[in-house]
Amino acid sequence: MTDAGNLPAWAALLTAFLVLLGAGLALAGAIGTLRFKSFYERIHAPTLGTSWGTAAVALGSIVYFSVLGSRPVLHEILIAVFITFTTPVTLTLLARAALYRDRAEASETVPQRIVLRSQAPEAGRNGRDKGTA
Amino acid sequence: MMAHILLWAIMLAQVMIVVAMACYTYRLIRGPRAQDRVLCLDGMYVCAMLLALTVGIRTGSTFYFEAALIIAVLGFVSSVALAKFLMRGEVIE
Repeated sequence: MTDAGNLPAWAALLTAFLVLLGAGLALAGAIGTLRFKSFYERIHAPTLGTSWGTAAVALGSIVYFSVLGSRPVLHEILIAVFITFTTPVTLTLLARAALYRDRAEASETVPQRIVLRSQAPEAGRNGRDKGTA
Repeated sequence: MMAHILLWAIMLAQVMIVVAMACYTYRLIRGPRAQDRVLCLDGMYVCAMLLALTVGIRTGSTFYFEAALIIAVLGFVSSVALAKFLMRGEVIE
């Protein structure tokens, strides 16, 4: 806390509120991974910390450094944008991998393969193979 | 006065983030399957990044921002690689 003494009151309070909000959301997401029962419920919990948790801490950092340096310091936006774009990619891949593993083990908790109308030729080919065999 | 409020708020936020990392660690050790462990590793990466950002606010230096950015990038790459490994059994095909 080097130069925080000459920070105006509104900036200090706003930074404190935003940082606390972000940390609280990250904590809520972490507690959610402990409390939910199945993996498919649990995968929703950390997104609290990665959406508004990260955004609030980054906003607090932007406010603090902008007011302290009396010029706009916006490079924390990079982190917020990056996390916002990459979290859905990661969690979608992870959910697909989990679904694949559960289906490969014929688990009771997930529905087995659903044949969509757009996949009908594949289903027809399977049926023909079954017929010839 | 305001500096003290900000200092205590940031310290409390750091304690909350560390408690969140402890929750993730518990699930990482106990998690019934591998996908739970990958999910918790991803959450821990995000928590470490938030911790680096709060340390940056506390010390007033912008160097911690670069550390946070690198942690975010590495966390994304490692989580994607682990998810792909769970799906296919190999990372690079």
